[in-house]
Amino acid sequence: MTPVPMLELRGVSKRFVKGLDLAQKMANLLGAGEREEVVHALDHVSLAVNEREVVGLVGESGCGKSTLGRIAAGIMEPSDGTRLWLGQEVSGLPAAAARRIELKIQMIFQDPFASLNPRMRVADIIGEAPLAHGIVTRGEASQYVADTMRRVGLDPEFARRYPHQFSGGQRQRIGIARALAVKPDFLICDESVAALDVSIQAQILNLFIRLREEFALTYLFISHDLGVVEHLSDRVVIMYLGRIVEIAATEELFAKPNHPYTQALLLGVPRLEARNQDFAPVAGEIPSPLDPPPGCHFHPRCPHAMPKCREIAPELVEIAPGRMSACHLNHAA
Amino acid sequence: MTAAPTLAVEHLRTHFFTRAGVVKAVDDVSFTVNRGEVLGLVGESGSGKSITGFSLMGLVDPPGRIVDGRILFQGQDLVGRSEADWRRLRGNRIAMIFQDPMMTLNPVLRVDTQMIETIQAHADVDRQSARERARAALAQVGIASPDERLEAYPHQFSGGMRQRVAIAIALLNKPDLLIADEPTTALDVTIQGQILFEARKLARETGMAMIWITHDLAVVGGLADRVCVMYAGRVVETGSTTDVLDHPAHPYTDGLIGSVPSRNRRGQPLKQIPGMTPSLLDLPPGCAFRDRCGYADSRCGVSPETEDVGPGHGVRCHHPLATVAA
Repeated sequence: MTPVPMLELRGVSKRFVKGLDLAQKMANLLGAGEREEVVHALDHVSLAVNEREVVGLVGESGCGKSTLGRIAAGIMEPSDGTRLWLGQEVSGLPAAAARRIELKIQMIFQDPFASLNPRMRVADIIGEAPLAHGIVTRGEASQYVADTMRRVGLDPEFARRYPHQFSGGQRQRIGIARALAVKPDFLICDESVAALDVSIQAQILNLFIRLREEFALTYLFISHDLGVVEHLSDRVVIMYLGRIVEIAATEELFAKPNHPYTQALLLGVPRLEARNQDFAPVAGEIPSPLDPPPGCHFHPRCPHAMPKCREIAPELVEIAPGRMSACHLNHAA
Repeated sequence: MTAAPTLAVEHLRTHFFTRAGVVKAVDDVSFTVNRGEVLGLVGESGSGKSITGFSLMGLVDPPGRIVDGRILFQGQDLVGRSEADWRRLRGNRIAMIFQDPMMTLNPVLRVDTQMIETIQAHADVDRQSARERARAALAQVGIASPDERLEAYPHQFSGGMRQRVAIAIALLNKPDLLIADEPTTALDVTIQGQILFEARKLARETGMAMIWITHDLAVVGGLADRVCVMYAGRVVETGSTTDVLDHPAHPYTDGLIGSVPSRNRRGQPLKQIPGMTPSLLDLPPGCAFRDRCGYADSRCGVSPETEDVGPGHGVRCHHPLATVAA
């Protein structure tokens, strides 16, 4: 059970600091006591993704799932913690070696409108990176682009067109083709189907499933949609307000959620099979990451909260083989 | 159930006359909603579900207009009414909530100002009792400490709370019909659950009729009593939620349900509908779904009429799928 994970994050934290502006600094000289605002987007998160695995990352807005995705993709530097590729720490490597690794990890974004340059033709959007990285020569480029387009279900006839000439689903395919063009091993999909209609969403999910087989890909699949994650993932990671609260194999998680937040999440999801659902809502709002509650972040909304939960943040510990949860209830005698 | 329905829409057509041609956004749509009933209006983008909602509120702007059909609200036809008549109805007898609550809320006015305004626009009441009603409405939709919240501005609320305020405003004058256009789409799962919970409770307790417009079949499954499925400006299937979702008769409904991940075996390819929604500008004659349909044949060149495949279960298709006999 201990192969070296393909990508691993160890104790990663990310803080966003909003500095003081000039007026506030001047006010401070006069003793106003203005403080910098700090958002703890990620709070000591560890996550390992094994080769050829699909890991689903679920959470509500502001939980830090996109930040985690960006750090995993190498787009963003963590404030603390390390990132390892096949057991090697990426930040310590020489530039050329680090770049080779970064190429192996590609990201697919949510908004197929914002993530494509509107002034570039599809052929350039897909062909630019492989050319720049020497994966293909200029002579081979157009053939390579055509092949890549066919792989994702786009007609190579359209290679000379601009992004605005495509529908949302087709644009998402262009984004996928762009990611695949540099022959990655690892894809990070950040809400990649959230903006699509149901029937188009199914087409794109099928494409992800097919590509996984075809290219032996590993995925980190970030979504707020539990149905999508359940369908695609081998393992599921649940986040709440910058912390991982539960990690489990997909079937186990959906059959028997351990963490009270996971339980609330599963109960709140509308299900196609349910009639006259009660939607058993969990009370309260998601607290602001600017001012998270002390102790366990979930305690103000948790029906099982104990005095301890208000003071001590529970550790994410193994509660069964391959299953982790961060809740004091698991240790209550 | 013998009383007249709260709303009966008959052969409604809303078209947009653009330079590129006529867009038949709503084309021959009929349905009814009864007191205390939740009707789910489901469709993908461009299916005409939102324009149907706007038509019911008299909110279709040029170049669009209602070209045909009747909107019978408590027995009276609303099509062609004067703006003054609409003003008396909107926000009073018929109310609407939108996907983005900031569309309904004025960002520069305090919540109490907006709520009192809504009440005084339709009833001759003094400020104090109007404020009291506003307070009660906020409490009704589950807002904690409504007294303080009345004095807040919209930007001081979270997304879910804003949507609650929008719902509270819509409910102020105890409307007979509430039209909700994707009100939970932008919200998180646990917050969506809370709003859906309040919506169900309201329909049951007040006898208000509700039209819930959404693209999410799962929301409709848990919330609605009856469902209309729209495709390219038409209602292709209508019936009780159980009939439509468990025994779909239209190939599009069947395909749509099949596309939902939870209906498929984990890790296996999802059933998918080939192709994409047609542009409403150059709709082919006949059934709009035939290019994507596995059952299409020469008969589909002629537009099908709605036919019953079961009690209260109507389908617009030449080849309805066999529904399991009850």
